[in-house]
Amino acid sequence: MTKLVNTVRGEDFDAIVIGGGHNGLVNAGYLAKHGLKTVVLERRPIVGGAAITEELIPGFKFTTFSYAISLLRPDIVQDLNLVEHGMMVLPLIRTFQPGWNGDYLLLGPDVDENYHELARHSAADAEAYRDLSHLIKRVCFALKPLMDSIPPNSISELPADRAEMHQFEKYIGSLDLEVQAMLAKFANSSVADILDEYFETELVKAMLATSGIIGSRVGPRSQGSGLVWLYHKMGEYDGIFGEWGFHKGGNGEFTQVLARAVQAFGGVIRINTSVDRVLYQDGRAVGVRLTDGTEIRGDIVVSALDPRRTFTELVDPHDLPEELVQAIYKFQFHGTAAKVNFALQDIPRFPGLEHRQEIFMGFTNIGPSIDYLEQAFSDCQAGRFSSRPFLDCCVQSTIDPDMSPPGNHIMSCFVMYAPYHLANGDWDRERDNLGDTVQATLEEFFPGFGDSVLHREIVTPLDIERIVGLSEGDIFAGALSAPQMFLNRPAAGWNQYRTPISGYYQCGSGTHPGGCVIGGSGKLAAKQILHDRSLLLQPR
Amino acid sequence: MPKITPFHARVEPLNQTGIWKNWSGYLVCPNYQYSVVTEYYSIRNAAAILDTTPLFKYRIQGAQAEDLLGYVLARDTRKCNTGTAQYSVLCNAAGFVIQDCVVLHVNNQEYWLTTAEPSLRYFREWARQLNLTSVSIEDISSDYGIVAVQGPHSLNVISQLTSGAESLRFFEVLQTEIEMIPVTISRTGFTGDLGYEIWVPVQHALRLWDMLMSAGCGYNLTPIGTTALKMARVEAGLLLMGVDFHSARYAWVPEQTESPFELGWGWMLRTLADDDREFLGRNALRSELLSQSSRWKTVGLEVDWHDFERLHREAGVPTAKHEIYRESTMSIYRRGTIEWDYVGYASSFLFSPILQKPIALAKLPFDLATAGTEIDLEITILRRPVNVLARVASLPFFNPPRKTQIITGNRLQ
Repeated sequence: MTKLVNTVRGEDFDAIVIGGGHNGLVNAGYLAKHGLKTVVLERRPIVGGAAITEELIPGFKFTTFSYAISLLRPDIVQDLNLVEHGMMVLPLIRTFQPGWNGDYLLLGPDVDENYHELARHSAADAEAYRDLSHLIKRVCFALKPLMDSIPPNSISELPADRAEMHQFEKYIGSLDLEVQAMLAKFANSSVADILDEYFETELVKAMLATSGIIGSRVGPRSQGSGLVWLYHKMGEYDGIFGEWGFHKGGNGEFTQVLARAVQAFGGVIRINTSVDRVLYQDGRAVGVRLTDGTEIRGDIVVSALDPRRTFTELVDPHDLPEELVQAIYKFQFHGTAAKVNFALQDIPRFPGLEHRQEIFMGFTNIGPSIDYLEQAFSDCQAGRFSSRPFLDCCVQSTIDPDMSPPGNHIMSCFVMYAPYHLANGDWDRERDNLGDTVQATLEEFFPGFGDSVLHREIVTPLDIERIVGLSEGDIFAGALSAPQMFLNRPAAGWNQYRTPISGYYQCGSGTHPGGCVIGGSGKLAAKQILHDRSLLLQPR
Repeated sequence: MPKITPFHARVEPLNQTGIWKNWSGYLVCPNYQYSVVTEYYSIRNAAAILDTTPLFKYRIQGAQAEDLLGYVLARDTRKCNTGTAQYSVLCNAAGFVIQDCVVLHVNNQEYWLTTAEPSLRYFREWARQLNLTSVSIEDISSDYGIVAVQGPHSLNVISQLTSGAESLRFFEVLQTEIEMIPVTISRTGFTGDLGYEIWVPVQHALRLWDMLMSAGCGYNLTPIGTTALKMARVEAGLLLMGVDFHSARYAWVPEQTESPFELGWGWMLRTLADDDREFLGRNALRSELLSQSSRWKTVGLEVDWHDFERLHREAGVPTAKHEIYRESTMSIYRRGTIEWDYVGYASSFLFSPILQKPIALAKLPFDLATAGTEIDLEITILRRPVNVLARVASLPFFNPPRKTQIITGNRLQ
């Protein structure tokens, strides 16, 4: 039990949200909209968490961490009036997959054009791509309601919870058999296994396989990559390229939009405000204590931090049920990714497509074969960063000219694998080696790349942990693996945004529906809080 | 065989889709690339370049030019000073709209007009009837190309070629030279954003296009087709003839005619109640105004996203986000106890990229025309008519400050 000691008493609020990442802001937006006097407490001098934009050198805007928007629910956009506050998501319309010896795949917004581009490699693959795309869309459509609702409690014996669980099982059982079979494949197979069934061309397989490894400690042949793939496909559900986008000004501008929305509803945002502890008495949350000793009172306290911090740092784990604490200790954080962002003099040049700037209006995947990706993964398993990494690049200035000075460019590179735990050495010493490795890899595919580099920003998994606060640099605030999703995110029975402390809630990406810039966790947690509160307010 | 515009030699190789359409007998590109939304976003996020040459263009000059325009245009042309432009409307004697137009007062006693419909004979005929002899009316449609540069970076593009555009305010006009080419630049457009339109003699059109394209390189200047333009104009609340209204010239029944008040253009006639300016349609319009006899009002509609998504979910199909722009009539019903109680119609429907929801331009009776009023809009899901909840919104839907902002220095602040 944290004692209420004689400290400075700050202003009182109805709801205190710890952490101004995008989920914290979404959560605060909903709470403030429904009339709760809400404050967001952010440790850093800017809100945004992992969704920030920084002008590190004049005119060049770096999306230091997250670099694209997917899955963001349209209802959040409407409910929080985000458009009014400047929301603008620009479509990412291309996938460019360079191969070796001048080979490449360049997909775009037209299905028929894509057919012929794929057919250049294999007509059978081109057809399979269509069939598989449609099947995946059907799976995603079926899962969408689950992404949008508070998951059931799988261990509760209460009749209402049992009924919800039954409802959920019935829903899955009611799905079309083809959809169920595909869902089972995603859950149980590796992305490579699924791709082998559909495709014969290595470059096509590699292009699709990359979505199965993003941010996770799996290789394309690891069981579990199927699920990561499905998760990322959810973001593309309205069309192959429809839903992935780039917020004007980078993700940092998106979180600024959210902050303005929170404030417009009367919410308060305090930066440079670090929370030390959640305060609770007799099993009820009563407020928070800041690291400077100030106490802020509120009956509702929401942690937007990851599950480890929510359950073992902000509160004393001894005050929590043993099985929950054990589950949280076992909850896996897999920091496997780094970022290297470049300010460029000029657009990268791919031999044969030198004058086609539009090839970069989307994602550029460096990882030309399953073997290449698997080799990169084996480095990770050995505790070192990949000597030839997989890169997911985005030349964002081709989408938004305000990201760089006219004529110059900014390029975000998501780098895998970069394991948080290095077998030898430490990340602060490996920083430049990682930067050099990434640059050398890009040089291989874009000759002359290095000559164009004006500045580079290297973000290691340790930086992600230190700066953003994501444990072990896990970009999803907890690995996206079957035992850690839906019913069990972050722990069985505690997947409904509540905690054992009444009035203390969780709304970070470590809760359902999880990582990426979705806002779902923030929204659903708010729904739960408002539901609980209206029950409390109801006359009995 | 359709005609080609003076920019065609440059536009043709840029057309990645190979799709062309006919605009007033000219070959124009509806979309240069497969992602129309990307073209659209160049208007809102970067800079867009568009060939609008197919508009009909007239030069009206002489001592009595103002008298002619003052009579045939319903908006007071006397207030259109030299160096400014006006969005205006032509009405018939019954006060119904013949067409909308843009007037540029380029020089003393010299006006340039763009219209969607041929109007040479129309102007000549009225000059004759009014016995105006000191006015010449020329069709200069084939003498000039018009290229529109629109979007937040449009000024940054043009500023590299001439400093003249920087001082232009919204609806101001300037005649100047770019590398010895005589050009007329107006701060106008049909996108509802910051933007300019440049008139260039046809023989210099390609050179101007090339200069603009290279000036636009660092600003992602993107060629856009007519579809992206039409999307932007719905958000801007700008009506399109043949879609949102029809010319009284070709009406079969009175229902096909519209007065400027009914189209939301009452602002063009602000002084009508108390000035004595004689113009075509004046008496009818004045009586419509005083007796408040307008039949309907033009409004915006915003579709309720939650309802839109729910209806699709219930039908088992994904939300039709990709049906982005439609020009067909959609029925509107009063919400209440009576089912299918028809009250009006929507004429343009768009999934608005910037608002992230479907919007429409609609005609409604006055009792339903206030912002926030809920109505049912008929859409089709799985081949069946379904009513979706929509709310009346005031126009324009989107109106960024930069559109009309006074610019200091060479950049928007």
